[in-house]
Amino acid sequence: MSDFIRFENVSYSYDDNEEEFDSKQEQIKNLSRVDFAVENVNFGIKKGEFVAIVGRNGSGKSTLARTMNALLLPSEGVVFVNDIDTRNDEMIWEIRSRVGMVFQNPDNQIIGTSVEEDVAFGLENIGVPRNEMIERISSALDVVKLQNERKTEPHLLSGGQKQRCAIAGIIAMQPECIVLDEATAMLDPIGRREVINLIKKLNKENNITIVHITHHMDEVSQADRVVLIDNGKVLADTTPRKLFSDVQLVKEAGLEVPQITALMYNLRKKGIDVPNDIITEEEGIAVLSELLKKGGEIQCL
Amino acid sequence: MKITIGQYVPGNSILHRADPRTKFVLTFAYMIAVMIADNFAAYAVATVFVGAAYLCAKINIAKILRSLKPLIIMMLITVTLNILFYKGETVLVDFWKITIYKEGILFAVRMLLRIVLLVLGSSVLMYTTTSVMLTDGIESLLAPLKKIHFPAHEIAMMMSIALRFIPTFVDETDRIMKAQMARGTDFDDKNFIKKIKSYIPILIPLFISAWRKAEDLATAMNARCYRGGEGRTKFKVLKFSMIDLLLLLFTIILFAAIVLLNNFV
Repeated sequence: MSDFIRFENVSYSYDDNEEEFDSKQEQIKNLSRVDFAVENVNFGIKKGEFVAIVGRNGSGKSTLARTMNALLLPSEGVVFVNDIDTRNDEMIWEIRSRVGMVFQNPDNQIIGTSVEEDVAFGLENIGVPRNEMIERISSALDVVKLQNERKTEPHLLSGGQKQRCAIAGIIAMQPECIVLDEATAMLDPIGRREVINLIKKLNKENNITIVHITHHMDEVSQADRVVLIDNGKVLADTTPRKLFSDVQLVKEAGLEVPQITALMYNLRKKGIDVPNDIITEEEGIAVLSELLKKGGEIQCL
Repeated sequence: MKITIGQYVPGNSILHRADPRTKFVLTFAYMIAVMIADNFAAYAVATVFVGAAYLCAKINIAKILRSLKPLIIMMLITVTLNILFYKGETVLVDFWKITIYKEGILFAVRMLLRIVLLVLGSSVLMYTTTSVMLTDGIESLLAPLKKIHFPAHEIAMMMSIALRFIPTFVDETDRIMKAQMARGTDFDDKNFIKKIKSYIPILIPLFISAWRKAEDLATAMNARCYRGGEGRTKFKVLKFSMIDLLLLLFTIILFAAIVLLNNFV
């Protein structure tokens, strides 16, 4: 199966784009190495996958996300969305209606003066006829469970509701992929859970490809696949389970493994025989209670 | 926090339900009618008309009077100047250098009535129409001007985004004020200059935050395929109903009545 989104030797430099007009800067640039936010990235995302992209602040993960719907065009290399080159000017709206994006700050992405108007915004832009619009808005609001807040003004919503409203605005456009650019970073735990459950549902039931950019490691455990980025380069591209079993690598990339994985790691260091691929609390509890039943073995604690 | 923008008074009257475009046209026609009215009979008709509008919209007297309050000084000045300087024929008072004519007083009263009627009439529009509806009405009324490249859609979009962000900025201002108070800024200083100065540490962060929000919002709009008004469909449509026809009929009657009274009374 071919990839829905494919990165081929993608590099992106912010300096590059700004210095184009300045010859003096150009000279300096030639002397020093260009500072890439994203450097030579190669990987593909298949249709229907749930991929988490993780990395510390400034690792280039948001930059990478913005190349996925042509908000940024790569300085070098090519990004393909459904085999369309994102540099193709004529297809840009096609790409953006296929790949929806939810941003970090819930307040700064709601355009409408009420929930339903905001959901309508994207549909108005792509020219959906009004009758169809009404149906699509209604079903999108059902999916995100905001039907009762239809007429509510956005500033009266909670953070989680705002992000769900933003997601509704995107699913109404019937995209094939949703990119969440740290969409849970500014939410409280309840809001985060709402959003994660929603995107899992969209992934499983509607077969929408999810690219979730985050630095909450417990959210990563929910994904099928995780791409670890540091310094603009892909350090690992694997399953969450495999990534977290390499605690050393995760720490080098400036991140923390989920608490339960860290506990297991430390237990192993103490010489207790526990598996190194525990990533959810349920699994951890099962392992620990098994150990406690056996008794004797953990006396060294 | 519940913030109401403008002076909208919730309700479900004919005037509340009418198409904002009708109300714009009606208000405009009413204002012209009041401007051309030049005798007391015509003013009486206009007064009845505006009174009926307020009764229909169920807006209480206190609110109406409050909308006139900021204009009291202006009204006083207009009346005084007109009484003092109007040159008529029938002298009422002749004292030192001041001469007051009967015509002057009548003219002043007419001016006063005109101002009050204008303010009351245009307030009906603000009381019965939400700011969102106003924006939609403006966009729709300006739409024909798109042909001469007048940015009607852009203006309406800017207005509606501004409306959407007012509550957000009110919250933000509140947050910044608390943050600055925690750092020792005193907003209650009696000294006027100091008071103004103490608002600088609020305005600058607010301005920067607004700038950042604008950038984020532009990116979000771009990501959702926004590319200006062309080829855009509309979710909200304004519907012209029987109510609007009725209101327009009233407007024509008012206009006709005032023109007739001007000429024959």
